[in-house]
Amino acid sequence: MGEVTQGEVEEACLELLRRASTRLPQDVKAALRRALRSERDPIAKINLRAVLENVEVAEREGLPLCQDTGLPIFYFRLRPLPGLDPAAAAARAVRRATREGILRPNTVHPLSRRNPGDNLGRGMPLVRFLPPDGEGMEITVMLKGAGAENVSRTSVLSPGEGEKGLREFVVRTVLEAGGKPCPPVVVGVGVGGTVETSMELAKLALLRPLPKRHPEAPFRRLEGELEREINRRGCGPMGLGGRTTCLGVKVEYAHTHTASLPVSVNLQCWAARRASVRVKGGRWEWK
Amino acid sequence: MEVRLSSPLGKETSMLRVGDLVFLTGEVVTARDLAHSRMLEFLSRGRKLPVELKGGVLYHCGPLVRREGRGWRVLSAGPTTSLRMDPLLPSLLPRLGVRAVVGKGGVGERTKKVMRRMGCVYLAFPGGCGALAARAVEEVKEVHWLDLGPPEAMWVLGVRGFGPLVVAVDSRGGDLYERARRAEGIRG
Repeated sequence: MGEVTQGEVEEACLELLRRASTRLPQDVKAALRRALRSERDPIAKINLRAVLENVEVAEREGLPLCQDTGLPIFYFRLRPLPGLDPAAAAARAVRRATREGILRPNTVHPLSRRNPGDNLGRGMPLVRFLPPDGEGMEITVMLKGAGAENVSRTSVLSPGEGEKGLREFVVRTVLEAGGKPCPPVVVGVGVGGTVETSMELAKLALLRPLPKRHPEAPFRRLEGELEREINRRGCGPMGLGGRTTCLGVKVEYAHTHTASLPVSVNLQCWAARRASVRVKGGRWEWK
Repeated sequence: MEVRLSSPLGKETSMLRVGDLVFLTGEVVTARDLAHSRMLEFLSRGRKLPVELKGGVLYHCGPLVRREGRGWRVLSAGPTTSLRMDPLLPSLLPRLGVRAVVGKGGVGERTKKVMRRMGCVYLAFPGGCGALAARAVEEVKEVHWLDLGPPEAMWVLGVRGFGPLVVAVDSRGGDLYERARRAEGIRG
């Protein structure tokens, strides 16, 4: 692992931003095609066809799928290496991607709303370190648009409300959001921990590929049932009616305090832009 | 029904019904949160706006642009959520005289009432389809208020065959979002 340089990490981050902005992951594309086949409503079909055509145009011409290239979030899985500063590499990559037109200059001061123009600033870009799994290093980039982030919600239920309360909260959050988060959405749900860990879990859940279910039976069942319940309710693509309001529900959990039941829902628009690379023994594997 | 329209628009917008499909050629003007506030501020002080929107199309969009030579190229330009700007629309729309608002997610009751009076429609462009929208942009005619940052500035775009635009709110009170929400009630 000692062979990875600062410059290489920066280049990798830039390439991940390019890929995430212009190409949709295979699993999301497949889910959208399935959604189109299942719809009967003509307006739902028009919207899903436009989405799939947009994906094709963006890929072919190397254009950002959506003008809201979101806030980039970098997830690093690695052991600390002397001389390597992943956050600094990510920041340089973000500045370059903004100059290239891969990222829209989205980052502003929260009160003055002044836009520095390079997507940097206090706390930006968002960089998270996750525990390493296996050998080598993994970098994942997620581009999180505001339409879906703005309608994400946290609630601390009382333990007595239990799984029933949790289900109601998730379904209500998705339906109240209506067309705002650009459905069909991916629904990330975080259960347990503390208030902030529940939202972190909800966001991490969005990184899991769509066909991959939760390994534990009660959560696997919960995901499937929430999915069916949400899609039964008619909101549909872009909130204009139809059968596909969500492409999937992904749940992550942590144990929690005996007196509380925190639940968070992090919504992800259909443009679920994520890209990963793993470096192992000097080889870069793009996913 | 599929309709091809050219802006500036006139009475033809009041003939449109929810579910109709529109492809638009002509001019659209982008605006989002900050541009809406500034437009209203200008109008209430009696100042002239840098763009004429009578019969025009207001596009809730913050495009992704790149400088090319002395001009601009639009790389991605899908809609943004209209409900953020919704509180300002009832006082803004009649003063601008726009005939169509393009966005995503729909508008609230007060705005709908005003649009009905004006014969104005709400057209939904598929959310997230920025590359598709950019393909319909033939030229960047003007840009104003760049001090707000490129996404919040007002871009005057020349478009050809811009669509699919679904008539989601018509001037008779029809609203597809409302219809989808009612369906939820029945099925829930």
